[in-house]
Amino acid sequence: MKTVNKPFRKKDAMQLVTGQPVYMDDIIPQDCLIVKLLRSPHANAIVRTINTAVAKKVPGIEAIFTWEDVPQNARRYTQAGQTYPEASPYDRLLIDRHVRFVGDVVAIVAGKDEKCVDKALKLIKVDYEVLEAVLDFHTAKDNPILVHPEDNWESLAPVGADNKRNLCAHDECGNGDIDAVLAGCDVVIDHVYHTKACQQAMMETFRTYCSIDTYGRLNVLSSTQIVFHARRNIANALHIPKSMVRVSKPRIGGGFGAKQTAVSEVYPAFVTWMTKKPSKLIFSRVESQTASSPRHEMEMHVRLGATKDGIVKGIDLYTLSNTGAYGEHGPTTVGLSGHKSIPLYGKAEAFRFVSDVVYTNHMSAGAYRGYGATQGLFAVESAVNELAHKLNMDPIALRLKNTVQEGDVMPAYYGAVNTSCALDRCVLKVREMIDWEHKYPARDMGNGKIRAVGMGMAMQGSGISGMDVGSATLKLNDDGFYTMMIGAADMGTGCDTTLAQIAAEVLDCPLDNITVFGADTDSSPYDSGSYASSTTYVTGKATEKCAMKLREQICKLGAELLGCPADAVEFDGKVVFESADPTRQKTLSEIAFASQFGHKIPLEFTETHTSPLSPPPYMVGAAEVEVDTETGEVKVLEFDACVDCGTPINPNLTRVQAEGGILQGIGMTLTENITYDRNGYPEENSLFQYKIPARNDIGHIHVEFENSYESNGPFGAKSIGEVVINTPLPAISDAIYNAIGTRFYELPITPEQIAMAVTAKH
Amino acid sequence: MQITLTLNDVRVSEEIAPDMLLIDFVRAHGCKSVKRGCETSNCGLCTVFMDDKPVLSCSVLAARADGHKITTLEGLQEEAAEFGAFIADQGAEQCGFCNPGFIMNALALFREQPYPTEEQVKEYLAGNLCRCSGYEGQLRGIMSFLAWKKQKEGVQ
Repeated sequence: MKTVNKPFRKKDAMQLVTGQPVYMDDIIPQDCLIVKLLRSPHANAIVRTINTAVAKKVPGIEAIFTWEDVPQNARRYTQAGQTYPEASPYDRLLIDRHVRFVGDVVAIVAGKDEKCVDKALKLIKVDYEVLEAVLDFHTAKDNPILVHPEDNWESLAPVGADNKRNLCAHDECGNGDIDAVLAGCDVVIDHVYHTKACQQAMMETFRTYCSIDTYGRLNVLSSTQIVFHARRNIANALHIPKSMVRVSKPRIGGGFGAKQTAVSEVYPAFVTWMTKKPSKLIFSRVESQTASSPRHEMEMHVRLGATKDGIVKGIDLYTLSNTGAYGEHGPTTVGLSGHKSIPLYGKAEAFRFVSDVVYTNHMSAGAYRGYGATQGLFAVESAVNELAHKLNMDPIALRLKNTVQEGDVMPAYYGAVNTSCALDRCVLKVREMIDWEHKYPARDMGNGKIRAVGMGMAMQGSGISGMDVGSATLKLNDDGFYTMMIGAADMGTGCDTTLAQIAAEVLDCPLDNITVFGADTDSSPYDSGSYASSTTYVTGKATEKCAMKLREQICKLGAELLGCPADAVEFDGKVVFESADPTRQKTLSEIAFASQFGHKIPLEFTETHTSPLSPPPYMVGAAEVEVDTETGEVKVLEFDACVDCGTPINPNLTRVQAEGGILQGIGMTLTENITYDRNGYPEENSLFQYKIPARNDIGHIHVEFENSYESNGPFGAKSIGEVVINTPLPAISDAIYNAIGTRFYELPITPEQIAMAVTAKH
Repeated sequence: MQITLTLNDVRVSEEIAPDMLLIDFVRAHGCKSVKRGCETSNCGLCTVFMDDKPVLSCSVLAARADGHKITTLEGLQEEAAEFGAFIADQGAEQCGFCNPGFIMNALALFREQPYPTEEQVKEYLAGNLCRCSGYEGQLRGIMSFLAWKKQKEGVQ
């Protein structure tokens, strides 16, 4: 292969490293209205009265909107970016008289500059009827206090939702007789695991700019992963036709799933639609931390049974997920906690997976890289590590007895066949990378510090099977260069480049011969958007198919110019020539020029793809930590991982995805937490309190690849973006156990907890 | 109030509000590379040079820059491209939003310490957060840039 599986620079790389103005706030007119939101100080309250008269008199204020400007009995909407049929309930109004978390929107203020808007925000007088809130998600289901008592709450898909029970979703599934299997096991590990609502904390906060275009339509330029879904979200929120909305995205300063929810879009959209003036809303870091779309807090009860030889025979999982005040991604994230953890164990004879997703008066959860699999894998992999200790077996040896194999049917993965899998090779590779034989389980360094290792496995999907749709349009232009249009969103991941690599491979041309445009609802071909690890596998396949089609068209026109049948010519990327007489040829630019002058064979093509399968990428990770037994401090000295993502389209970008995901997983394990005080106020509202890893917090991350070949993916590729966040949680937790002999079932594991555990043992 | 300063070698004299932050001043003057990431001096995205020393422009009043020389990445394009190419060769720029602040601070490091060790790099750049890369690719890029620079400058 000439272009695929080569470490090309990202097409936008030099623009980014030289600091060119390519992000939303760099490229919009600076004289637009500034939009800010007045947010609720209460976790559950009704706005009794709201007085904006004084605030409206502040010079420069253009408009202030409250619930009185929004029909309260109209159809509700969701901000989740999801394919039809939307699983997330329609439970929001643009401004609701009933506010449901500290930070919920009470008023939208628009003015000519920040100063007047800030002043007006302080002058709005609100009288609240404060209600008791549901703040503990264990008590949410069937609690007499309802987060969504309203009758125009609506669930569109059969996900087991019931707002009168605080239920956003409920599901039960299984295979085999799990109770009988567990009863027959020599060992059953039975524990409850708890993970928190971590923040994506992308460096660019949520932001949206809106204006009215030549045709009177609402133009939305937003930092989003989901232009097409955002168009629907906005039209639904404003109750205007989708035809009146256009959404496009500039460069995005990181997403990680946060921007798979239209968190900021609807507010400036409403301002601009009402005032017909351009406006922008830029979330502060405080807002991004406290009123956004973090990971779903989950509690998982695992019962995992095995024989005394370490064969896992059955897994019984109950997951309780906290969707917060609104249901964005609630019904869908929870499924991954079971469907993307249980299938790793190929010899299991039965499983059961039951889940409840409940409403509480926390900020709404959303999509975050890993999307539920991260939580479930922490629970299941931690249970397997504990099983190994209980059986006095090496956790790696135990994994090798159990890993799912290529060709296996995976009952817990919707009954799909495991079409490509190098999981066992990944286990062996990681054992070698970290020098497991010498380091497991722990070494006392003699200075109050203990070094120890731990490991975990992971899987994810590649797009949502049978749902996600990816498309690409390719066009040949004069001089013989190509334009590619996509609806997938490059959020730093590099898909503008990797998709172009796929097209260049098929079209036999240099990567620079393909320019990329995306994403814009008016001109991009439809794409579900960049989430669910779908871009490489789904949109990538659409790109491959599209380039094949365009090749055919080029040959067709070339043959016409040569005066021979289309099946008598070949195309080598530069010229179309007659197979029988290669000296008779037409160059690509001659063909391109001809297409624009007196010919009707189109040299522009759109291809769409969807896949009935979602082939899992696999990963194994191992951590070596150093625990200071006096202070409880944990340092990850080394994290070694091996990934099976099929063919890496761009090995550099694949590696950096893995390294970045691993560090986010390390943060989730050791420092990142969202806690609420007793009034429901979120406490980690800045990057001071919410500690994401800095570069001096870790030793080294090493990533290797042991790739299978996924025949349904483009050039054998599967996904990479999400699987990479999952292994640090169980790996580091087990390493800490190996160091101090105490097992933690809740994340993050803080120095205080470790120091206290060490003290309690002495 | 009136301030006069040198912004990327151009003298600028302007009437400003006393509470204006330096980040807002330089962005209003077209230096869009300077990014706001946190508002609490945690992330390093807004790093600029004041008299050739790195400062966080979200935490410096524009008034404090009166009479000083301010440099942003817009004023260091050649250096940015030369060093940034090594980051790009790792794919470690990713979303790019933290890059200008990170590159400014890296250039400041190279001026103070032409050939820093890995540990010195990590220490000096600890305040430059990145959520995409896991820092490993940035470190590879820095170390290969330093190796290239050593060779170019004939340093043993």
